[in-house]
Amino acid sequence: MILINDRDKIDWFEGMTVRDILNKMEYSYIMITVTINDEVIIDEEYESYIVPDNADVKVIHLCHGG
Amino acid sequence: MTKNSIPTTVDFSKNVKKHEAEKSSENQNKKYLRYIFERNCPGTTKKLQQKTVAIAGLGGLGSNAAVALVRAGVGKLIIADFDKVELSNLNRQHYFQSDLGKKKTEALRDHLININPDIKLEVHNKKLEPPDIIKLFKNADVLIEAFDSADRKKWLIETWSKNFPQKPVISGNGLSGMGHTKDMKVIKAGQIYFCGDGASEMKMGLLSSRVAIVANMQANVCIELLLNGCYTQDT
Repeated sequence: MILINDRDKIDWFEGMTVRDILNKMEYSYIMITVTINDEVIIDEEYESYIVPDNADVKVIHLCHGG
Repeated sequence: MTKNSIPTTVDFSKNVKKHEAEKSSENQNKKYLRYIFERNCPGTTKKLQQKTVAIAGLGGLGSNAAVALVRAGVGKLIIADFDKVELSNLNRQHYFQSDLGKKKTEALRDHLININPDIKLEVHNKKLEPPDIIKLFKNADVLIEAFDSADRKKWLIETWSKNFPQKPVISGNGLSGMGHTKDMKVIKAGQIYFCGDGASEMKMGLLSSRVAIVANMQANVCIELLLNGCYTQDT
């Protein structure tokens, strides 16, 4: 099981990547920051980073500043 | 003497007295500097004076956060921006009519020194790029992310996190529009602390109060991290 943003839970599977999570959750925001178990994952790693079971995932939509 | 009349004699002794008073006042100021922080929470000032905070961007978030940090007693700030002060900044940024046309770094430096003449400042007047983050901010204990655009925020947060995985970065994230005070929150994601509503968009417009709330949330989280090494999660 994967916990996303302390709120949503999705089933984990072997070889799950960050991209799989984003697709499953249907996130449409372009500008996001992702952390897996407190580690920042950059865009280039979305397809290759393998998410472990029971991971704590944060997907944060970045807004404009002021 | 009427309001517009010109005096025929000048009393120079007044100027001498004024100068002596200023000199005396200067000494008094030094003597009383330590009292700036007299009303701080007990035990905080000495700790904060040992700390360095970097601030990337000196707009509504960065300028207001800097003021809060200097008033709290943080010892050193590293501040960076490439912009100049414009009229349209004055609705929310910590600048004044007399700053118009000045570099934000220089205007803010003067204001911060005016609060605490002992503040140590490192000023970088440039548009930051990823390599600058490592070079200019490496000695900071905490980074305040105060950029305008979301894409610049992204690379700043990611560059900092990859290079300094043990040091916090505090991001201003969602401050447009009006009201909705209860939507303001802090979200912790590893070493990153996102302050704001996390949803509002620039097209909603920017109001002083909401911008200042988020800037001060950033400063508040920063101060807690500097003092306690951890952030008290809201329940």
